[in-house]
Amino acid sequence: MNSIKNTVKMTYREAVREAIREAMRKDERVFLMGEDVGRYGGCFAVSKGLLEEFGPERIRDTPLSESAFVGAGIGAALGGMRPIVEIMTVNFSLLAADQILNNAATYLHMSGGLFNVPIVIRMSTGGGKQLAAQHSHSLEGWYAHIPGIKVLTPATLEDARGMLWTALEDPDPVLIFENNTLYNMEGELPVDAGALDIDHALIRRTGTHVTLITYGASLFKSLEAAEQLSKEEIQAEVIDLRTLRPLDHDTFLKSISKTHRAVIVDEGWRSGGISAEISARIMEGAFYDLDAPVERICGAEVPMPYPRHLEEKALPQVETIISTVRRMVKSNG
Amino acid sequence: MVEFRMPSLGTDMKKGTLVEWKVKPGDHVKRGDIIAEVETEKGVIEIEVFVDGIIEKLLIQPGDEVLVGTPIALIRTEGQQETEIKAAAAEQDEGAQVKEGTESPLQYKACSIAAHRAKEQPEQTREKLRAEAGGEKRIKVSPAARKRAEELGLDLTTVRGTGPDGAISLADVEKAAIAGKPAERKAAWQIPTGPEGADFQLGMRRAIAAAMGRSNREIPHYYLETRIDLSRAVRWLTEENKKRSVKDRILPVVLLLKATALALTEVPALNGYWIEDRHQPVEAIHVGFAIALRQGGLIAPAIHHADLKSLDELMVDMKDLITRTRSGGLRSSEMTDATVTLTNLGDLGVESAFGLIYPPQVALVSFGRITDQPWVENGMIGIRPVVSATLAGDHRATDGRTGSQFLNALHRYLQEAERL
Repeated sequence: MNSIKNTVKMTYREAVREAIREAMRKDERVFLMGEDVGRYGGCFAVSKGLLEEFGPERIRDTPLSESAFVGAGIGAALGGMRPIVEIMTVNFSLLAADQILNNAATYLHMSGGLFNVPIVIRMSTGGGKQLAAQHSHSLEGWYAHIPGIKVLTPATLEDARGMLWTALEDPDPVLIFENNTLYNMEGELPVDAGALDIDHALIRRTGTHVTLITYGASLFKSLEAAEQLSKEEIQAEVIDLRTLRPLDHDTFLKSISKTHRAVIVDEGWRSGGISAEISARIMEGAFYDLDAPVERICGAEVPMPYPRHLEEKALPQVETIISTVRRMVKSNG
Repeated sequence: MVEFRMPSLGTDMKKGTLVEWKVKPGDHVKRGDIIAEVETEKGVIEIEVFVDGIIEKLLIQPGDEVLVGTPIALIRTEGQQETEIKAAAAEQDEGAQVKEGTESPLQYKACSIAAHRAKEQPEQTREKLRAEAGGEKRIKVSPAARKRAEELGLDLTTVRGTGPDGAISLADVEKAAIAGKPAERKAAWQIPTGPEGADFQLGMRRAIAAAMGRSNREIPHYYLETRIDLSRAVRWLTEENKKRSVKDRILPVVLLLKATALALTEVPALNGYWIEDRHQPVEAIHVGFAIALRQGGLIAPAIHHADLKSLDELMVDMKDLITRTRSGGLRSSEMTDATVTLTNLGDLGVESAFGLIYPPQVALVSFGRITDQPWVENGMIGIRPVVSATLAGDHRATDGRTGSQFLNALHRYLQEAERL
């Protein structure tokens, strides 16, 4: 590194906060609302300090009614604002599912193309924090089922910092899923980090033997697995989907045409999940490139257990990824 | 355009007489389809085609006798894709029309979108049609390996799979391609035979004479024999057969066949050929199973991939092969693909056999009758069902040590029949 420091150390949480702060400064139509985002600083402390900086007009605490404040956000968006609505955890979004699915996602269509809904809804997702069966879901795959919205899953600091502004600029509803195990993740971020595209998957590690397709917290498990596999001469390519809807299948299909094998790593449940969609796209688009059946490593199909050891068992882990890839590649002996 | 030539159906075949065309110009054929029946010294054989395409022209008539290698038909392979897509699209459209009468307009629209999409994805539709039309058991091949094999013009029945579930993977195809093309192999071992007899018996004897004469002349045989205690295997088989209806029962010879194939996976040097002064082991294990004909003579058609098939599959294959060998109706691939031969003279009461290797193979495995014999184990004498297994090896290709390894492996597999 040069003597001039051009990166800054921060956490994922701070990267999200910086993204919100930048948006608030750049565009006065932007405001944040949600449960405890103001005086408490956010359930995951993302918005700490923002109330002091931007005042109660723009950092708004709401009553405990997801349906009401998501609906209010949709109304504000229709009225010309650029709301960022925070839902504490993904399970609570179910209380606002009607607003998201029936209003936000459909208004443009129902109004004959007259009204866009430029709302951004952020929420935490995923297991791994011992929050048990009601607060550990990975339902981003569900939302990716809905036409009319975009579904983003930033995993890296750069994406946590860079995807929000682009989402706000999008004329249509965008949902951002932040995996709750990532908030404390530390890393270096360029001081001039800014907006990033929300349309493309990215290859986070190149390899030749197998393609690991993943997103969110599973990205880092996949990268760790790839690192360990490289010691056995197995080179795994790791693809971070970044956005689940619209799904950038070109990136993984192209990768599979090189590696001929694919493993999908997804915290969500297997049946009918986003992993099933990815697998189907591979069948449609890369069937003749496959040298082995597509494999999936998903969350166990159970309500998330509370005890740590059981929760770990219920989530994709580095070891499982390694053994699956090893079996896939080495049976070719 | 491909010239389809009179195939050689064994070391000893020089010419063949067309009995009947099973196709006419304009017919679509797929690799593996039977397109003709040809009479040889060994009876009437069904001839399979090795390319996908459309029959352009038939060059000989029933009754014509032609030399091996003579073009007998022209097959057009270009334009095949286009035609099949049309067929697929027609099928889809038909489906849509059926719906039109019975379903709401909205559903009809969805249907025609499906038909439209099918047209956009000809590769998938074609594969589906092929699977539907085939009906036969397919070898497991990864899609990437199948595509590569097509590019290389490689016959997948000659490739041994090492992928998941024994599937043929891309690496297997690449390896097989390096090992050499099977078509060249077949061409390399033609030998002239004596004058043709009018009568079938004479022809058959002359064919056997040519092959066995050559074997005895050229191949320095070595013989190894071992006696194998089959009590565990027989006991297991008896129990297993109790669970089955009479027609599904497994004969002891099937255990011997499977054990032979598995032992060959451990000693691959015995599976393959000696061609052009070179030992050429083959990965796929196609066991030629010697079948005596009622009118005299003998044919050893191949049971493909015997090591990868279950006992039930082998039993079905063997019954089918015996029936077709005796009634006529063997396929050309069965006549040419064997990589090793197994002969079982036990039915005839023989205790052990020392046969001649079928050139250009490098090994012959023989079994005798299963007889109760006094047997010493752990210092105790007991009565056990025992079989004699003999290996005839080509000493140019392998030595007694290799042969011993094979018989040891065979012995081991037959002590664990439940794992066969």
